[in-house]
Amino acid sequence: MPMIRMRGVYKTYANGVHALKNVSVDIEPGEFVYVVGPSGAGKTTFIKLMYSEERPSKGEVHVNSINLSDLKNRDKPKLRRSLGVVFQDFKLLPRLTAFENVAFAMEVTEKPKREIKKRVMEVLDLVRLKQKARSYPHELSGGEQQRISIARALVNKPGLVIADEPTGNLDPDTSWGIMELFETINHLGTTIVMATHNKDIVNNMKKRVIAMEHGEIVRDQLRGEYGYED
Amino acid sequence: MFVISSEGNTAMKIKTLGRHVREGIKNIGRNGWMTLAAIVSVMVTLLVLGVFLLLALNVNHIADNIEQDVEIRATVELEANESDIETLRNQLAAVSGIAQIEFVPSEQGVEEFLASLGEDARYFEELKEDHEFLPDMFVIQTKNPQDTPDIAQQIEQLDSVGKVNYGGETTETLFSVTNTVRNIGIIFIIGLAFTAMLLIANTIKVTINARKTEIEIMKLVGASNSFVRWPFFIEGLVLGVVGALIPALILIFGYDQLLRSVSETIRLPFFQLLPMYPLAFQISFVLIGIGAFIGIWGSIISIHRFLRV
Repeated sequence: MPMIRMRGVYKTYANGVHALKNVSVDIEPGEFVYVVGPSGAGKTTFIKLMYSEERPSKGEVHVNSINLSDLKNRDKPKLRRSLGVVFQDFKLLPRLTAFENVAFAMEVTEKPKREIKKRVMEVLDLVRLKQKARSYPHELSGGEQQRISIARALVNKPGLVIADEPTGNLDPDTSWGIMELFETINHLGTTIVMATHNKDIVNNMKKRVIAMEHGEIVRDQLRGEYGYED
Repeated sequence: MFVISSEGNTAMKIKTLGRHVREGIKNIGRNGWMTLAAIVSVMVTLLVLGVFLLLALNVNHIADNIEQDVEIRATVELEANESDIETLRNQLAAVSGIAQIEFVPSEQGVEEFLASLGEDARYFEELKEDHEFLPDMFVIQTKNPQDTPDIAQQIEQLDSVGKVNYGGETTETLFSVTNTVRNIGIIFIIGLAFTAMLLIANTIKVTINARKTEIEIMKLVGASNSFVRWPFFIEGLVLGVVGALIPALILIFGYDQLLRSVSETIRLPFFQLLPMYPLAFQISFVLIGIGAFIGIWGSIISIHRFLRV
């Protein structure tokens, strides 16, 4: 079973918008996949299905061998602990320090305190922000906040990290830093699925590219290119 | 009603509970002004509720005292002899709902009357010989003062009973007044308690609404509902109890002062306020109970709809 498998997936929102139409895809462990396409093409819905923020209206979604089509609410935490999610707006808890934000994702698994502390310092080191452990999100730059949120996504050693426009709020230089970080994480063996509008990055990285338009996959290339004008 | 279950995993570890308690208390500090607003709103409403509770309890107590003074006076017919009186006493004892029967012979009654006149008693010395002025009588107290008119009617039917007097319409008016006062008190307290609950729950709701995004983030990084809920539960509890402690203290000290000044200035036999103990404990218990309940209820209800992520 691949890491992510979708078969004939449709998603229609309550307001009648058909966000996804007959989407089928397999993503294997260790892959680095960009999801590209114009705004409103269904990229975010595609991503949201993977961590069960949305449920498919029709079709099958399997992530980490968990069937998400009939996933019960009380089973969602288990799924979300098995993967890491990185958002465009970082989604850090504003009243917690960088350390506490990263630790939170591990506390929910009820691991011992000492183990949490050790692992949090490890991932903070990986994103090179050990020295900012005690800072609050509002004291950090956008790039630093995104690094913290990546550290949070990695803290439970997931096999899969999903990112929805992680560089959307960042300037080009900072974006490159974040992309290099994802590259490193991928080299360490983690599967990465990333929705992005960043043409330069996609064209330079030469990874698998899935292009979406009007809720459908229109192109799926290994070593692909962005393929759209900005 | 509000089940704090540990979903999706086995029973919660004690260490995790410790984490929730710490987190809940930390949150109170982290939320600063919001917490202050919630505590103040609990404080103010519970203080008002407490004041009215004290008032209502005391009005009730005074009404009880006034009612306790109502008694039935049944005179014995002049021609009755001692055995008739004894029979009557036995018959009275058989009437249900009577708390106390006291026989007051004519001589004693007159003496008590004369004593109440003080200096002027000397003009009425001859009454001592006049059994018709104040015949022998039974003074009867009922268990429940409100039953007085009914029992008086029953007594009237007995042999050897002359006149029966219990204050008649005056007493009935008194009862209707005390009943009205009690009912108004109860309605007021219930209304006020309800308002307090709504007001406090609303404040807590506002403070939690401000944290909607936080709750969503927690859910997105894999927190179970109970993991999110517990610290809020603790926070609500602490908030409600702290908010109730202050008005409880104010009421106890204030009531103590009131008791002192009333006992020095007002000396009416029926105007007796409830003593400090156990009232102080009861009021504190009620306020802290309401505070804790509302605190928990408010926070659990408010986060409920944000948990569906």
